[in-house]
Amino acid sequence: MSILVAVLIVLGSFFAFVAALGVHRMPDFYMRMHAATKAGAFASGLMLLAAALHFGTLRVALTALAILIFFYLTTPVAAQTIAEAAYRRGVKLWSKSGVDKFAEDLSKNSDPNGK
Amino acid sequence: MTIAVCIASFFFIAALGLALRRAVVGPTPFDRVVALDLIGGICLCIIVLFSIVFDQGVLLDSAFAISLVSFLGTVAFARYLALGEGDEK
Repeated sequence: MSILVAVLIVLGSFFAFVAALGVHRMPDFYMRMHAATKAGAFASGLMLLAAALHFGTLRVALTALAILIFFYLTTPVAAQTIAEAAYRRGVKLWSKSGVDKFAEDLSKNSDPNGK
Repeated sequence: MTIAVCIASFFFIAALGLALRRAVVGPTPFDRVVALDLIGGICLCIIVLFSIVFDQGVLLDSAFAISLVSFLGTVAFARYLALGEGDEK
């Protein structure tokens, strides 16, 4: 069990590092947000699984499950909100990204007095 | 176990450094908000690591608080930054 916990700790910290590396290296705001959101949530999930396995009690397992559920519920909401705000404020996409579905959506059903 | 904790600490410190660099130089305010959100997530992971290393299960409650508060901060910043100069409310 200790070996499994150690492997999960190393994997979780590695994915946290991958998330930070994506935030550091990606060429575009939207890609950075994507990297931070997905890999960061996965890293926290691995760390919480390691904690639940290490303690092995119901109380810690339920706390870890509650943290995981809240984190996985709130992270996409935060990412979607910040991405939509950035798009509406005119943050540019990467020059090599080819598809912009949100612009098509906005031009399709644009009402004159909406936000 | 000790080696794993050392490797994990190294990864976490490197991740914090990279995210902090993006929060400092980020071209737009949105980059800074995303980097600070990621720093909050990494701090949550570090608290979980502390609770495993020092065998204190109660530290997970503070991780729970951090997961809630970092989300609220990000959404508040998004709503604030979405306002233009001419808009009111």
